[in-house]
Amino acid sequence: MAEPLIQKLAPQDRPAAATPGGGPFIQIENVSLYYGATKALKEISLSLDQKVVTAFIGPSGCGKSTLLRCLNRMNDLIDNVRIEGSLKVGGYDIYASDVDVIELRKRVGMVFQKSNPFPKSIYENVAYGLRLHGVKNKSDLDDAVEKSLKQSALWDEVKDRLHSSALGLSGGQQQRLCIARAIAIRPDIILMDEPASALDPIATARIEELILNLKKDFTIVIVTHNMQQAARISDQTAFFYIGELVEFGPTAKIFTNPAQKRTEDYVTGRFG
Amino acid sequence: MDNHFEAGIDNLRQKLLVMASHAEKAVNESVQSLMQRDHDLALRVRTDDDVIDKFEVEIDELAILLLTKAPLASNLRLVTVAMKISQNLERIGDEATKIAKRARDLSQEPPVKIQLELPRMAGLALAMVKDALDAFVHRDSAAARAIIPRDKEVDALNKQMHQQLAQHMMENPDTIARCLHWIVAAKSLERIADHAKNIAEEVVYLCEAQDIRHALKN
Repeated sequence: MAEPLIQKLAPQDRPAAATPGGGPFIQIENVSLYYGATKALKEISLSLDQKVVTAFIGPSGCGKSTLLRCLNRMNDLIDNVRIEGSLKVGGYDIYASDVDVIELRKRVGMVFQKSNPFPKSIYENVAYGLRLHGVKNKSDLDDAVEKSLKQSALWDEVKDRLHSSALGLSGGQQQRLCIARAIAIRPDIILMDEPASALDPIATARIEELILNLKKDFTIVIVTHNMQQAARISDQTAFFYIGELVEFGPTAKIFTNPAQKRTEDYVTGRFG
Repeated sequence: MDNHFEAGIDNLRQKLLVMASHAEKAVNESVQSLMQRDHDLALRVRTDDDVIDKFEVEIDELAILLLTKAPLASNLRLVTVAMKISQNLERIGDEATKIAKRARDLSQEPPVKIQLELPRMAGLALAMVKDALDAFVHRDSAAARAIIPRDKEVDALNKQMHQQLAQHMMENPDTIARCLHWIVAAKSLERIADHAKNIAEEVVYLCEAQDIRHALKN
């Protein structure tokens, strides 16, 4: 019997989860999702390894964000959603009845398109999750805040104003703060839903560099509409179209020699 | 913060320089095997050519990957120029192989008694290759432009050698087969200088975004 997915250790000490006996870290098998009578995802099967960046691409309404939100059960918050199939993280079915969804979301963090810092100080934004999880010791919090801000490449810009409001930061900085907040509790997976689409090219480049540096420690799944962004930052790419997974493979192959014509047409901008 | 794209560009540049050093070595050794009638060295040059061919493939693969990441302006030029330079280096390697083949055959025959300017021609062609690559490394457009007219000197030497060997063949018909080897070797050196000139033209494009190929013809 393997250990439970969610271990009750302090987040800083928790070892990175792994799939017992190896195998893919995230395993999506035959997943279909219905919004009422509408089938938004059609029998999706996909396996993702640990510590790689996977890009989900496809035109609006193709189901990429829906699938992303399945990975931390954000779709549970929507009425009339029904999911079939199996989604496993680290070998565990995350839709099993005994899974604590709050704990799951600690393990599977999320960053959204629009940065959404809390109306609190920079420090408190990053420390927020840790405090929720019962970390009280100030030096532990200080260390974790510093580490997270450094890892999200924000430390040098904010170290002298940690106690100023996070809302005073630029859009790009706010997004990096949200990433710092997500990684502070040391999740295994970070989901990113178009994290740079509201940012200018320089802020976007910083987010992309950050993602490439974070994959040393985290498994990252990113939804993006920017083809070149997917090509720049991801190791593997999945192309979705009207709820179907059309093609999944190494990013280099998807962008230079896709197997499906629909993939080629989409990545070269012929439709979508 | 590290820049991953720049790291990819650096990798491309490094690979190109390593490839260039292999190509230079191949030319040096092929000429050496020819002048010193070194049969073993000639054979070695031919097997080493595989290494250069592999670099050409690797550089193209890397360049295509980098192109998917939407490089712009000077980086875009660098990636496309790198592909062209690697193609020229591969051809230089092929010419070195041709010289080595002639060296191999000539080493089995008695020497032809004729004073040729081949070492000087080889020196000029090699210096052009080296200078073109230096201009690439330093992104020195002026230096690259200065290489281009030097090709004429190599062409003239080739022509001169060609006439000299034709004359020798007429006077000594028993040396025709051997003289033909020398003509082919000289032609290969002339082609190497052409490739060096091509590289120099690519460097000008890299630095100035100006295509100067075929400019004099028009």
